[in-house]
Amino acid sequence: MNKPLTQHIKSDGRALSLKEYEKTGGYQAVRKALKMNPEEVTEIVKASNLNGRGGAGFNTGAKWSFVPMGDDAPKQKYMVANADEMEPGTFKDRLLLEGNPHQLIEGMILGAYAIQASVAYIFLRWAYKTAAGAIQLAIKEAYEAGYLGEGILGSKFNLNLHLHTSVGRYMCGEETGLLNALEGKRAQPRAKPPFPQISGLFGKPTIVNNIETLSCVPHIINNGAKWFKDLSYTEGEGGTKLYGVSGRVNNPGLWELPLGTTMREIIDEHAGGMKNGYQFKGALPGGASTDFLVTDHYDIKLDYSSTSKAGSRLGTGTIIILDDQTCPVGLLHNLEHFFAQESCGWCTPCREGLPWTAKILKAIEEGNGREEDLELLDMHTRFLGPGNTFCALAPGAMEPLQSALKYFRADFEKHIVEKRCPWR
Amino acid sequence: MINIFVDNKRHEVDEGKNLLEVCLSLGYDLPYFCWHPALGSVGACRQCAVKKYKDADDQEGKLSMACMEPVVDNLRVSIADPEAVLFRKTVVEWLMTNHPHDCAVCDEGGECHLQDMTVMTGHNYRRFNFNKRTFENQYLGPFINHEMNRCIQCYRCVRFYKDHAGGKDLDAFASSNHVYFGRAKDGVLENEFSGNLVEICPTGVFTDKTFKKHYTRKWDLTTAPSICEHCSVGCNTIVGERYGSIRRVLSRYNSEVNGYFLCDKGRFGYEYNSDPLRINNPSIKTNEGTYNAISTDEAVQKAAEIISNSNRVIGIGSPRASLEANHALKRLVEVENYYSGIDRKQHGMIKRMQHILSNYAVSTPTLAEISECDAVIILGEDLTNTAPMMALAVRQAVRQKPKEKAKEVNIPAWQDAAVRELIQDENGPLYIAAPFATKLEDISTGNHYADPKQIAALAFSIAHILDEDAPKISTDDDLQTLATEIAQVLKEAKNPLIISGSSCAEPLLIEAASNLAQACYKQNSDTKLSFVVPECNSMGQVMMEDKFLDEIVDSHDKIDTLILLENDLFLRKDRKTIENFLSKAQHVIVLDHLENTTTKMATLLLSSCTTAESQGTYINQEGRAQRFYQVFKPEEEKMESWRWLGLIQKAVKSDPHITVNYETLLTDMVSSYPQFEEINHLAPPPGFRIAGQKIARESHRYSGRTAMHANESISESKPNEDPDSPFSFTMEGYHGKPPAPINPSFWSPGWNSVQSINKYQIEIGGPLHGGDPGIRLIESKNGNTSQYYNDGINEKINQKSRTTIVPKHHIFGSGELSKRSRGIAELSPEPYFGISKEDADRLNVNEGESIKIQVNGSSFIQKIKIVDNLPAGLLAIPVELEEFSSISGDEEVDITKAEP
Repeated sequence: MNKPLTQHIKSDGRALSLKEYEKTGGYQAVRKALKMNPEEVTEIVKASNLNGRGGAGFNTGAKWSFVPMGDDAPKQKYMVANADEMEPGTFKDRLLLEGNPHQLIEGMILGAYAIQASVAYIFLRWAYKTAAGAIQLAIKEAYEAGYLGEGILGSKFNLNLHLHTSVGRYMCGEETGLLNALEGKRAQPRAKPPFPQISGLFGKPTIVNNIETLSCVPHIINNGAKWFKDLSYTEGEGGTKLYGVSGRVNNPGLWELPLGTTMREIIDEHAGGMKNGYQFKGALPGGASTDFLVTDHYDIKLDYSSTSKAGSRLGTGTIIILDDQTCPVGLLHNLEHFFAQESCGWCTPCREGLPWTAKILKAIEEGNGREEDLELLDMHTRFLGPGNTFCALAPGAMEPLQSALKYFRADFEKHIVEKRCPWR
Repeated sequence: MINIFVDNKRHEVDEGKNLLEVCLSLGYDLPYFCWHPALGSVGACRQCAVKKYKDADDQEGKLSMACMEPVVDNLRVSIADPEAVLFRKTVVEWLMTNHPHDCAVCDEGGECHLQDMTVMTGHNYRRFNFNKRTFENQYLGPFINHEMNRCIQCYRCVRFYKDHAGGKDLDAFASSNHVYFGRAKDGVLENEFSGNLVEICPTGVFTDKTFKKHYTRKWDLTTAPSICEHCSVGCNTIVGERYGSIRRVLSRYNSEVNGYFLCDKGRFGYEYNSDPLRINNPSIKTNEGTYNAISTDEAVQKAAEIISNSNRVIGIGSPRASLEANHALKRLVEVENYYSGIDRKQHGMIKRMQHILSNYAVSTPTLAEISECDAVIILGEDLTNTAPMMALAVRQAVRQKPKEKAKEVNIPAWQDAAVRELIQDENGPLYIAAPFATKLEDISTGNHYADPKQIAALAFSIAHILDEDAPKISTDDDLQTLATEIAQVLKEAKNPLIISGSSCAEPLLIEAASNLAQACYKQNSDTKLSFVVPECNSMGQVMMEDKFLDEIVDSHDKIDTLILLENDLFLRKDRKTIENFLSKAQHVIVLDHLENTTTKMATLLLSSCTTAESQGTYINQEGRAQRFYQVFKPEEEKMESWRWLGLIQKAVKSDPHITVNYETLLTDMVSSYPQFEEINHLAPPPGFRIAGQKIARESHRYSGRTAMHANESISESKPNEDPDSPFSFTMEGYHGKPPAPINPSFWSPGWNSVQSINKYQIEIGGPLHGGDPGIRLIESKNGNTSQYYNDGINEKINQKSRTTIVPKHHIFGSGELSKRSRGIAELSPEPYFGISKEDADRLNVNEGESIKIQVNGSSFIQKIKIVDNLPAGLLAIPVELEEFSSISGDEEVDITKAEP
């Protein structure tokens, strides 16, 4: 099976050095791309059907193509790698950052070349200290080898890459919140339009991409769009995907599999199935801000379109499993408490609504729920939906809640009626 | 024009605006919090949600925030859609989860935007049954009270304070539902426009601390339209009174002048009205030198007697008194015996400004126009301290050029956050030439520190580069390089602006500014020129009278009686000169409202009304005549100066048929000066009625009128009558929307807060219905563009003196009236002599030690302060902080270290 992203990552998890990376064919894509037009690079990526792996799933090449190009375009543009991996249950980018930082750097050089950006940033989650060390070293090696800096590999293309270690808020993972944070401002989201491709970092055209997304790019350039598309089980979507499983399974972990692998295969084969004495009750397929899938969905393909059809999102592709021994209200309280705390406080529904839902869930869990509480939770899932709030944080926070209220409503009601948590 | 459909009703509207402002302009009641017409949209509060439909067939629609929605042709929205209605109600419900239920004891109650919006959205039943989050409050100085628990996190405070006013010390802290707005630590808010937080905040987080000391509900205030008396800009204000004392000042919206805002001097400078040294009754000096209180009738009789028995009566007017008061004095003493009360130098400068502005083609801008200029050159003015609201306008002007970029990438101008993200800290060209570092430097492109003559030299040089016909002067290379750079900027600008004024007391600067503006105008007829003058009616006073103070002070003529109108002469000339002058007269009749050095020399002291207690006209620095009205009638012993003078004249003539009222005085004044003819149209006459009614100064909810004096008399006394204005003093009268010049307050059903201004504008952020008040009396003339000042400018520039005195103005401290306000006094600096670091080293003095200056045979000792960037050889003297501030800049000064 083809595992372009992870096949070279060492079993001890230590980062590939420049030499080791070059031995695997590293930086060949940069040599190849520098002989192409920037627009051609974008075209190949577009044709490869690489969808953003940060959760939104937008076509990466299409995103790049909105950046103004040519002589009239602003001189300064930026490429930013979003390494602020803070989605609960998600740990996929960490593997790539710690294990193969050169792969990311090469992807960034290619992306920067495609949009003709001369400055790039890696915006890294504060807690990823091992990754920070690995990236720092890799950047140094790349500069010394002439992959970064002025006149890369004898071309006219310049790129300066900086590592920015964030102090860490969930909001910094939202691309415009990230840009504000990178500018030294509060990590508040920005209104779109204008999109960052037009007015991004410091008001200049900017692309923000996820780590997994960027790590795919060297392989696409090396092997072509068709090769990448064919990696996927699903028509119209390209590549492999890092799938993760956490929860009461025998073998929690992270695997690179063809996009469109079924949830059953991931859980039963790769994660070793549920632990003895635990039943699968539901799963958040792509991190905390996706809707629950339940037993009925066990056989769906975890790709962008099928997950969406099942009423959820692929998100980051890292599955959190809810088992029958765990109280769903408690799980939800934990999640909503997180989201409430991470709200930047910019828009009213998110700032005031999320803490309210967290408080209600806590009350229900502690046996203090009231009949009207479910109505209030329903109201929040509706009014904190997309478009009603300023950014996607609150709508994301509502996804597990709205689906839990749909699939596990009886559990909520039981709490309220019995005035206690049945799991305690 | 395009068509939009609101709840299926078609409206023709202008393109390029956002849906919220368009809906409000159309009269819809759409609630909002984070949007403000002067600050634009950011989409934070989500309160203005409407249903937006794709097309006429779309039945479902989607919620959309009106403030972030550009109006486009055939846009279909619904305000009344049940889901939109419920969502807006829920937004208030969310905000209320943490908002205290303390309306009854909250200073904002009754004029709270949050209250209004809560009622408007229909939220009333509380479903949130958890604890509220609480905050600690901060000490923010003498002006602003902080009560963070009431915060609804609309972010308007920081957006105004930082983005609009350039403040640095107010910020948003923390996240989630505990976002905190305040300073990093307790302390006085540093920005000079902090008072606007009171009006910007939609609820009671930032309230007026001076008002709190003598608090009254909005509906219990008697209010009238007034004009700020603290500088020459002439901001429009609403002044409120209860129980005979002035309680607070609010901004009175005028789209051409101050817009929605005021500076802190204007807002908090009212406290002098209740100064313990107010002159509350007329008094007469006894032979022992003490004063005996007398009645107003006695005072009038006494004054008439003195005047009748005098051979020569001299009247000295004042640039801080109304045109009407000055005219009344002139009429009483006869034209030839009246002097303007402004010193020679200042008078000359203002006269010259008026000549330039009314004879040449360059026009003077309104404040609104200043904010639209894309290149600004400031010559010798420290605007933040001399004309604060003009400084605020310049802060907006520097964003004009960078804002062009937003248009290029289709970001609408109202999408404030996006525009700021795009242009970041970029500023358009602003060059400041001043004797020292000024507060606008954080946004300036270049600064030039020099003595005022060298500043003039810079302007002359730029003028010559722009137009060879403008006189050439000899300068050094550095100055020439800077001049070339600025000339280039002016050439490229679409709307260039030159600002200068009298604050440096350097007449050459006025000529230089004029030459520069004329030269620039030759290239670009959109060039503007603005002059700052010292006082609220300096322009009017000089328009009215050519004879200035020195002419009478220096003359050897015998004077029997001197009548001084609201003018502390000791601030105009040095002590000895004024003492000599006053001692020449047998009788000195002084009309004023606060005790000062001059009033102590009076033989007959007449208790005048302040601006807030009077009716009259001021002419601001752009030549705009503006009417202010009496807010309330103070106790009998105090009268408006014009009334005192009118009654005295009547007594002198002993003619019972003379009527002393405002209308007669105004008619006489306007007919006496052709330049004032337009003043007739400034505001409706006293006889103006709507539906047979006068305009009520009190709201229809005014409470306690039968009880307020019950401790003195159980029967309600007859209300005061006001034959001089179209206002009644009580709640009886018209409560709708009167013509803008006589609008005593902003209120509309459902809109109790200052946001009710929306209902008074033709369109949001635009002129008031019927036009903004005020009439320009000075207008530029077409043609005649290249009149250049050329007489001996090289010699004047190269005139060297050992030490040049430069006045240093302080927003808090300079201003004889405002500094008598408690809050402002608290922030006024101690008196000092400002010298350069270089001179301090040369004299071997450190900050805090004293120097002695000798000038004109007098000597003064004062502590020094090192003034940033002040060139060596200049002595900066704080204006009106001490008596030595009256030293004119031309004298030779000797400086030595003072022995301890």
